[in-house]
Amino acid sequence: MLDIKELLRELKEAPYEEIVITAPHCGTVEIVVNTVGTRVHGVSGTWKEIPGTLLARIDRENNKKHLYAPQKGEIIHITDLNGHFVEAGTELFRIRHFLTKEEVIQRILRQALHLFLAPEKGKYYFAPEIETKIKAKGCRSVLVRPGQEIFILSRMKRETLIPYQGPEGLIYTIYFEPNQSIERQTPLIGICPKEELPVIREVVARIQTEWEEKE
Amino acid sequence: MDIEKQIQGLQNRLTYIRDIFGSSENENIRLLESKVKEFVNKQHDLTTKAAVRHFRSLEDLFTFLEKKLEAQLTPMDKVRIVRHPQRICLKDILENVYDNYTEIGGQDECSIDPSMLIARAYITRRRGKKVHYQPVMVIGQEKGHGQEFRNGGSVKPWGNAKALHYMKVAETEGIPIHSYIFTPGSYPIEDYPGAAQQIAKNLYEMAGIRVPIISVISEGGSGGAEAIGLSDIRLMMSHGYYSVISPEGAAAIEGHLHNGMRASQELIKKCARQLKMMAADNLAMGTIDGIIQEPCLGARPDDYNFFKQLRQQMIRSTDELVLDVRGMKLLRRMALRKLDSEQVYVRWGLTTKAKDRLIWRRYKKYRKMTINAFKDKRAVWRKGYDSIHDLGWGVYSFFRYDLFAKHQRKVSRLAEDVQAEFQVLVDRSEKYWRDRLKDKLPFFKPKDKEIKEELTSLSSWETRPEDAGSGWTYVSPQAKRDLTVTCPNSATQGCLDQWAPDLFDENAGVCAFCGHHFPMEYEWYLYNVFDPGSIFKFNSQLEAGNPLHYEGLDLKLEEAKKKTGQKSGCMTFETRIKGITLNVAMFMARFRGGSVGAAEGEKFIRAIELARKRHLPFLAYVHGTAGIRIQEGTNGVAQMPRCTMAVRRYLESGGLYIVLYDNNSYAGPVASFLGCSPYQFAVRSSNIGFAGPGVIKETTGMDIPPDYHNAFKALSRGHIQGIWDRREIRNNLHQALLTMGGRNLYYR
Repeated sequence: MLDIKELLRELKEAPYEEIVITAPHCGTVEIVVNTVGTRVHGVSGTWKEIPGTLLARIDRENNKKHLYAPQKGEIIHITDLNGHFVEAGTELFRIRHFLTKEEVIQRILRQALHLFLAPEKGKYYFAPEIETKIKAKGCRSVLVRPGQEIFILSRMKRETLIPYQGPEGLIYTIYFEPNQSIERQTPLIGICPKEELPVIREVVARIQTEWEEKE
Repeated sequence: MDIEKQIQGLQNRLTYIRDIFGSSENENIRLLESKVKEFVNKQHDLTTKAAVRHFRSLEDLFTFLEKKLEAQLTPMDKVRIVRHPQRICLKDILENVYDNYTEIGGQDECSIDPSMLIARAYITRRRGKKVHYQPVMVIGQEKGHGQEFRNGGSVKPWGNAKALHYMKVAETEGIPIHSYIFTPGSYPIEDYPGAAQQIAKNLYEMAGIRVPIISVISEGGSGGAEAIGLSDIRLMMSHGYYSVISPEGAAAIEGHLHNGMRASQELIKKCARQLKMMAADNLAMGTIDGIIQEPCLGARPDDYNFFKQLRQQMIRSTDELVLDVRGMKLLRRMALRKLDSEQVYVRWGLTTKAKDRLIWRRYKKYRKMTINAFKDKRAVWRKGYDSIHDLGWGVYSFFRYDLFAKHQRKVSRLAEDVQAEFQVLVDRSEKYWRDRLKDKLPFFKPKDKEIKEELTSLSSWETRPEDAGSGWTYVSPQAKRDLTVTCPNSATQGCLDQWAPDLFDENAGVCAFCGHHFPMEYEWYLYNVFDPGSIFKFNSQLEAGNPLHYEGLDLKLEEAKKKTGQKSGCMTFETRIKGITLNVAMFMARFRGGSVGAAEGEKFIRAIELARKRHLPFLAYVHGTAGIRIQEGTNGVAQMPRCTMAVRRYLESGGLYIVLYDNNSYAGPVASFLGCSPYQFAVRSSNIGFAGPGVIKETTGMDIPPDYHNAFKALSRGHIQGIWDRREIRNNLHQALLTMGGRNLYYR
């Protein structure tokens, strides 16, 4: 059984993740953000069209390419390579990104739930009896068992029934939209054992109320 | 009680004055404030008679000082008058100028676009005992009377489409159109029919509407105003403005401001002054025909004398226009002027011939507009030679295509029929003899041998000449740099970096991985699309000028001329594609962003007129245009109707007009002479639209996706007819010339 308390303690001890920014290709580095502790922002805009903070420029064959911060955070380490030639993969920056409530919940759920992944690319629908149950009672009261045919995979005008494989439990979250093409190995549903549902609910509620976002 | 109401009235007048003069200090306003305050404080101590006497003198003071303030109005104050909520609206005009009206095409918020108001109205006129009802179609933007849904008079594309629909109704019914312009600009949305493309459609159609159109401008904001503003007589209210851009917009451009940064009040005021957007300025420039005098500090809904004057002016203008295009006009016009009365009845219906004259009059009026707004440095003898040359082409065209061609066509059609039958006979007899003689006569054999060889032997590679290089006549200087280039789509498409000499030479600036088109110089098109050595430029002496003496423009123009070696942003030339001769107008992004002013407009018109006379196809290649050159004010805006009318005349006489967009094409030109073409194409990776993303966000509050103006989006919206690969332009243009177009194209 999942040790939620231990997981929470770990998260509270280090409420952030560290992102290592490496050189995407070789070239001469020109560091733009050169102070440790600088706060940077990540990609933004409705269509993710606004790039993050400019961290460095890498010149390869007279082509200066910009290196942007992928996420919001604080610079905790800058490798002293300004003006040097670097190989692809060389570490340049380390950014400390403080986790938001949503990210913490997602992390816990990723560990607490059993994710059922799409076996093939295609459009996925729930089987009619599951669909009816979800509509009537909500997904968290629908129990699925291994071998039960819960999905219909629709691809190239063929419809295939997909049996569920994994531990028995309730559907906690649905990750896909019907009528949209889903890539292979994308999570479709998250399953949690029946006895763990109250624990997970409680943890999520506690994070929603208690978690303090650092930024 | 009564006096308190009247005091309230005076206080309202004072508030209005304060609103108009904004933050500027004025001693007259201070005096009025103190006088009103003093009167309010002591009115309860006065007897009724004394209070009335005191009030009268205060009222006189208001009238006197309002006149004094009127003389002090700056252009920006007038802009504030026009934008004031107490400014007269179209509904006030409908109520007070016309004798009766019915709103059509929607009512208040239940309308496809409440900012565009259409009404059928009539004016009553008496002749003796007989009463005449003269119907008109009233079209205009409405800002007030429900301003929560009027959108500030910014009309959406479908609102302009509605206006056009009812103009056509008026044409069918043969009644004049009175249009009233109360718009700060069009609503910059690309959804079908598209802001720019619909304005272009309106202009194109209005150029040929066969009923009199009289327009009155109160707030004339660029493209939005033009959408219903192309008219036979254009009047302007004395306190209105008619401009290419709002003073705030001009200030944002002048001050290089981005992302919603506000310009300083001083800069805005300066721009308002420099844009010369007031009625008197426009009359001097010839972009309007007359001014309707408003009362001091602008007309408000209770200025009934103004409405009376407006009514008289509208009737007189319609009368004069109708008489002008009818026969016997001189006598009646003189009589009308002498009597100066709206009760002199003139019938507004027109005969077919009068309608033709009306259209021709409209064309001539716009053709003459802004003729002095550019520099023409040709010597006198050269001008004379050119006009004789032009006339010569006109005469040649008449004899060659109108007179001679008619008879020639008859003869050639007869000959074609006879020839076709004769050919069938020849073919049959040839086949007959060939079958019988092929084994007997030696000269039939080689052909058979060739066929046999072709069918039985292996094919071989076509050898490529060694000096062929990349195959392009002109190679971009971008290819001479030693560097790699990253495609903007590399993050999503995974394009690898490409070496510039490969990318810009052999690949013609097209990403080998995703097909993204990098911008290329216009010279690339000149030398790689058209036949080598076939470009003959004309009218290159016409030079972009500074008609408004806009501060700093002279210097900017000099820089642009030096940088490009061109005298304006438009190059016109005659050229050939695979032997087919055509006229081309090319707008160059490098010259002031490809903006269109009086010189560019004139060059475009002369080129298309020449194409009409010589019966040549016409191509507008837009290497890039940022819109109308704002520093030329309404001289620039006037190019929208002027060029569109020239396009219409060309198309109606049977020409083929193709538009090819490249890089970025925005605003006025797209909303007029480019957008009205039936055949519009775009080079891949180009952007086409009405207003840029920053303007859209500021005016509509909408966040738009980064690819909103992309050519593929324009294609999906139905604004353009196809997207071409740069390397295929020559072939595609040739195919377009062979497969599209009007009846003038004899080369087929």
